[in-house]
Amino acid sequence: MERPAKTLSPALADPATIPGWGVDADARNDPTYPIRDQSHDHGLTRRWDRPPVQQPDVEILQSIEHVRQPAVVGTSVPPRGVSGALRRLAFRWSESNWLHWLILLGADRVDVVEGVMEDLSRGTLPNVPAEMGLGAAWRHDRERLVTRWALAAGTVAVGAAIAANVRRERLAARRTVLLPARSHEEGSGTRI
Amino acid sequence: MKNSALAGPAATSAASWGTRMLAMDYRGPYRVRLSEKPMPRLLHPRDAIVRVTRSCICGSDLHLYHGMVPDTRVGSTFGHEFCGVVEEVGAEVQNLAPGDHVLVPFNIACGHCHFCQQGLYGNCHESNPQATAVGGIFGYSHTAGGYDGGQAEYVRVPYADVGPTKIPDWMDPDDAVLLTDVVPTGYQAAEMGGIQKGDTVVIFGTGPVGIMAARAAWLFGAGRVIVLDMYDYRLDFVRTYGPAEVYNFKELDDVVVFLKKTTDGLGADVAIDAVGGDASGNAWHWLFGTKLKLEAGSAIPLHWAINAVKKGGIVSVVGVYGPTGNMVPIGNVVNKGITIRANQASVKRLLPRLIEHVRAGRIDPKALITHRVPLSDVADAYHLFANKLDGCIKPVLVPHAG
Ligand SMILES: NC(=O)c1ccc[n+]([C@@H]2O[C@H](COP(=O)([O-])OP(=O)(O)OC[C@H]3O[C@@H](n4cnc5c(N)ncnc54)[C@H](O)[C@@H]3O)[C@@H](O)[C@H]2O)c1
Ligand SMILES: [Zn+2]
Ligand SMILES: [Zn+2]
Repeated sequence: MERPAKTLSPALADPATIPGWGVDADARNDPTYPIRDQSHDHGLTRRWDRPPVQQPDVEILQSIEHVRQPAVVGTSVPPRGVSGALRRLAFRWSESNWLHWLILLGADRVDVVEGVMEDLSRGTLPNVPAEMGLGAAWRHDRERLVTRWALAAGTVAVGAAIAANVRRERLAARRTVLLPARSHEEGSGTRI
Repeated sequence: MKNSALAGPAATSAASWGTRMLAMDYRGPYRVRLSEKPMPRLLHPRDAIVRVTRSCICGSDLHLYHGMVPDTRVGSTFGHEFCGVVEEVGAEVQNLAPGDHVLVPFNIACGHCHFCQQGLYGNCHESNPQATAVGGIFGYSHTAGGYDGGQAEYVRVPYADVGPTKIPDWMDPDDAVLLTDVVPTGYQAAEMGGIQKGDTVVIFGTGPVGIMAARAAWLFGAGRVIVLDMYDYRLDFVRTYGPAEVYNFKELDDVVVFLKKTTDGLGADVAIDAVGGDASGNAWHWLFGTKLKLEAGSAIPLHWAINAVKKGGIVSVVGVYGPTGNMVPIGNVVNKGITIRANQASVKRLLPRLIEHVRAGRIDPKALITHRVPLSDVADAYHLFANKLDGCIKPVLVPHAG
């Protein structure tokens, strides 16, 4: 059975000269069945019947593992701003490099801030509770939502109380520093 | 809604087109809204423009919604499970004409490359510039090609002759929209399990994908189907829909010990991960994967699958994880001689068979749809589905609704 050559790369060895070449080959030993139809594997060549190649009019970042631009690309949201600069940077590394993905994740977080600034610059204040679908939470998950609000409100209240207390103490301490006569009484003049 | 200054990208070229449309608009983790965007245009001779009639939210969208997928840009429109009416076709499109009602597989596939030729339509090499490891997917971040998705009034559909399939006259569009992803994915999960007649199959996750995997396992001749999740309402559904034996893993001391004991100490023949990186159930994975992002999501379902399958068994993975890496007990894969099989579903390859199954009444996809939501309420729909509220199994967004 003559199969087409499965690679265009220069072979270092000619299989015909290898003793026993292929004697144990078993076509049934194909763990990819039936997901992949190997009878249509025409070898490691990129010479297939290519579709026309799209000429995008926006910036497309491309994996350095590609040897050419895929025929069709998505043109949604081209890179922009600081997040865009980070994304361009990320594409210096391959998909195999963690840095590539971690920088992209970082860029995604920066993009969120840039998105809010974009909204503000257009004079719209993003309605964050609505964007988070809190209407659905109110209708179907009220208990948890209210508990969360209560928790959040509680945290804020406690935080505020602590902050107020600290401030009061600091003021008191400062006063003691400023008024040396009293600092003797309280003995707390060294407090900041 | 809003004023027209709320433009998305490429406002200049769209201005000549004139009209605008409404589309889901990602603003950041847990934040989405409906915005006005330019109408999509034909950008390639094999493109079509489709007016969306139905568009689902998928468990995969939750990975985007939670900010887990790198290169998910603010302003993107999600949605890879949709059907609709062809509005316009490019010069080279032959099989479709305006007016055709089509279901659109979630994979963007050229039909010609090394991978498409072998039926790997989920791994096309001509549709995703940003990554070679990932195929092109509608509305699934730039890591999947940077395409706007179908949670919108209109969407650009590349390679219109390859993926889109005319909905048969007799088919309910609610069934059709689930054939774009959920049904083929659940089916391929079972197929990759290499199930032999009588096999015991354990499935992690009772989302739409896990439910379909349970249903499909029977078609491949399973002898016993066990499903685990943490939501009783979903377990109740699959108990009769599968049918399946169901267990709430929150009530089990040790999932693996339980599964060993129920298989006479050996483990299941086949284990399927239909959960992916948004999994619950383990504090370590939650900390490292979900919170710190030091691994690509929580891999606890895969961990359980590897440890609960029998020696020499097969683990089939359709749950989606990120591209960096995860902590999984790979040593056990070696010691136990496990075969791992995984992929994005190849929807086009499976469609003829699945359409036949729906026609014959062997699969009832639309039974999974619990919520039908106008596109304008997209933010609420995401919240509801992400938090598994109101008995939600599968929400469908309907654009042009009033
Ligand atoms: N490979 C593909 O082609 C493909 C296609 C579609 C979806 N998916 C993936 O399949 C997965 C499921 O999708 P879905 O739409 O059914 O999502 P879903 O969110 O509706 O369902 C996931 C279910 O898993 C459950 N779960 C969480 N942790 C678990 C654990 N440790 N063990 C068992 N169950 C657990 C959840 O409670 C939930 O019910 C997602 O990761 C999605 O990205 C893959
Ligand atoms: Zn999906
Ligand atoms: Zn292809």
